[in-house]
Amino acid sequence: MNENILAKLKVLAESAKYDVSCASSGTSRKSIAGGIGNASGWGICHSFTEDGRCVSLLKIMMTNYCMFDCAYCINRRSNDIPRATLSVQELIDLTIEFYKRNYIEGLFLSSGVVNNADYTMERMVRIIKELRTVHRYNGYIHMKSIPGASRELVAEAGLYADRLSVNVEIAKENNLKMLAPEKDHQSVYKPMHYIGQGVLESREERRKFRHAPRFAPAGQSTQMIVGATNESDKDILYLSNNLYQRPSMKRVYYSGFIPVNSYDSRLPALKQAPLVRENRLYQADWLLRFYGFRVDEIVDDAYPDLDLEVDPKLSWALRHPEQFPVDINTADYAMILRVPGIGVKSAKLIVTTRRHGRITSATLKKIGVVMKKAQYFITCNELPVFTIHEARPEYVRQILTQKKGNKKEADKNQLTILFPD
Amino acid sequence: MIVFQYDKTFEGLLTAVFDAYNRRTFPEQLIIEGEPEPLFTTEFHPVITDTDKSNRVWAGMQKKVSKIVCNMLMCVWLSEEAGSDMLIFRYIRKTFDSSRSFETNFADDDVLAVKNIAKRVSNERHYLIMFVRFQKAADDIWFAPVAPRYNALPLAIEHFKDRFSGQKWVIYDTKRHYGYFYDLQTVEEITLEDDKHLLQGKLDEELMAKDEKLFQELWQGYFKAMTIKERINPRLQRQHMPKRFWKYLTEKQ
Repeated sequence: MNENILAKLKVLAESAKYDVSCASSGTSRKSIAGGIGNASGWGICHSFTEDGRCVSLLKIMMTNYCMFDCAYCINRRSNDIPRATLSVQELIDLTIEFYKRNYIEGLFLSSGVVNNADYTMERMVRIIKELRTVHRYNGYIHMKSIPGASRELVAEAGLYADRLSVNVEIAKENNLKMLAPEKDHQSVYKPMHYIGQGVLESREERRKFRHAPRFAPAGQSTQMIVGATNESDKDILYLSNNLYQRPSMKRVYYSGFIPVNSYDSRLPALKQAPLVRENRLYQADWLLRFYGFRVDEIVDDAYPDLDLEVDPKLSWALRHPEQFPVDINTADYAMILRVPGIGVKSAKLIVTTRRHGRITSATLKKIGVVMKKAQYFITCNELPVFTIHEARPEYVRQILTQKKGNKKEADKNQLTILFPD
Repeated sequence: MIVFQYDKTFEGLLTAVFDAYNRRTFPEQLIIEGEPEPLFTTEFHPVITDTDKSNRVWAGMQKKVSKIVCNMLMCVWLSEEAGSDMLIFRYIRKTFDSSRSFETNFADDDVLAVKNIAKRVSNERHYLIMFVRFQKAADDIWFAPVAPRYNALPLAIEHFKDRFSGQKWVIYDTKRHYGYFYDLQTVEEITLEDDKHLLQGKLDEELMAKDEKLFQELWQGYFKAMTIKERINPRLQRQHMPKRFWKYLTEKQ
C-alpha cells in the first residue's frame, strides 16, 4: 500500500462509476468467529456522491484495459484514457481496510475484458475466493460476470459472491450489435441462465442438506442503457418484465445514457442524460414489482412510451377513469394500491386501520396519503364528491402538472398598476 | 391539575404508571425533578423509582401488546422529544384500559404519533449505521465520533458488535457525552472525563495509526472520482445524507 495506489484507485473508480447497480441487499449473514463483517439483509448505503447516487459497495474495476470497443462505454479500447490494473493483494487490502472503517458495505468487482472472457473471469474469481477463504471476509460481494464466460467459472463465482450480474445494456439485439459489435444477446443471456440455474440448484440442494453451499444468495441483477438507441419504453419494460419472470432476477437497473464518447456518430448527441425518462422507468419498474401492475397496463402499442409529465401510476389512472372512485372503506388492498397518491405504506395502514372504524379524509391526510392527487380518485365517508368523473381527466392532469411557480399567475384578476420608469 | 414528578428514566416513567393506577389518579402533566411546579397544581406526587414496580408494568405491557409496539415505545423514549414521556404514559394507559387491541388503529392520534416518532428514531439508528466512520488509532482501537439527533446509539450497538467483532472500537456520542467500547468480548458504556478534544471529530495525526491517513486519502479520492459530473445534484445528496452528518464524515473533510 503506498501513494501510487491512489492514482490507480481514482482511474479505476472513474471507469466503474457508470454502472448503476449498487444494492447490497438480499443476503443476511451473521459474523463468524475470526472473520470480518456480516451482511445485513436489507442493504446499507454508506455515502452519497455529489450526483446524489449512493455509495454502498466499493465499486471498482479490476482493470480498465478492455479488448472490446463498445460505443457507449468509457473503457472502450479506442479511447485514450489512463489505464490501470489492481493486483489481487491491493484489491483485497482496499476492500478490507475500507470495510473496517465502515466506509463500505462490501465489494462490487467489475472488469474490462483482457485476453478473453474466461481469463478475466478467472482472475476476478480468484480475488473473491481469496477474500472469502483466506481472509474470512464475510461482508457483501457483488461480482460482474463477464459476457461469454464459461459455465464452470460462473459456478465457482456463485459460491463466493452474494450477487452476480450480467448487463443486457441494450434492449434490442440489433442495436446492441450496432454499438457493440463484439457482443450479442447470446453472450449475455447464457451466463444469466447459468446463474439462474445455479441459484435454483443450490436452493434444491439446501432443501435436502441444510449446510449445502449457497449460490449467489442475493440473486442477480442487470442493467439497460436508456436513450442511446431507439428502443421505446415498451421494448425496455417488456424485456424487464420477462427478466423478472426468472426467480433469481432481483433488479433491473436503468441507466440514462451519458455521452461519454461524444465523437462516435452512432450515438445520439445529447446535452443532458435523459434523467426524467430514467426516473419514469424506475417508477414503472416499481409498479411491476410492488404494485401488482401488469406490464401491458403500463405500456402497450397505443402508449409505447411513458408519459414524462406525470408518473406511470397517475397516467394509468387518468386513462382508466372507469376504475375510480375507489371507496377507501371497502375496496380491497390491490385496488387501494392503485390510487395515485397512495403508496405501499399508506395502503397497508389503511387496511389495518379500517378494521377499527370508518376512515375519514382527515385520517388519510394524517397517515401520509398525498391528498392532492388522491382526492380525485377516492371516496370515503364524508368527502365532497368531486372525483375524476366530475372533474374530467384532462382537468385533473392540468391541475396536477401545474408548476409550483405558476401559482402567482393565478392572481391574474388582481389589479396591476404599471409605474412608468 | 394533577402533576407527577419523576427522575427522567424509563423505569421512573413506568413506576409513575404503577403509582397512578395504585392511587387511581392520573397525571395531566409529568415534570422532571428540579423543574418548577406548574401553576394551578392541585395534586402533586413525587414518584420514587422502583424497579419492581416498573418491571411489573413492562411485563403487563409485553403481555398485552406485540413486541413491535414495545420496541416502538422504547424508541419513543430514546427520542428525548418534549412530551414523549406523556405520550408513552397515555399509550400504556390506553392499553391497560382497553379490552381489545388498538395498536393497528392509526386513526388514533397517539398510535400514529408513537409510530411516527419511533420511525424517526429508527431512521436515526439507520443513519448511524450508514455514517459512522472509524479512524484507526495508534493503540489499535478504532474510534468513531457521532452526534445523532435522537439518542439512537444504543439501538445500533448490536449491529456494530456483530459486524466489527474482530476489532476493538469506541463509538462516542459527542452530543450526549457517552459512548460504547468494545474490547473483542463485550460492549460497555463509557464516559470520558475530558472529551473536548474529540468534539471536532478528527483524531490528531500523532494519535493515528500509521496507515490511517493513507486510507482516509484513498477514500476521499475514491469518493470524488465516483461523482458523475453530468448528473450533479447536490439537493439529492443532501436529502439522502443530511448535512448534520458531514462534520464526522471522512469523505466530506
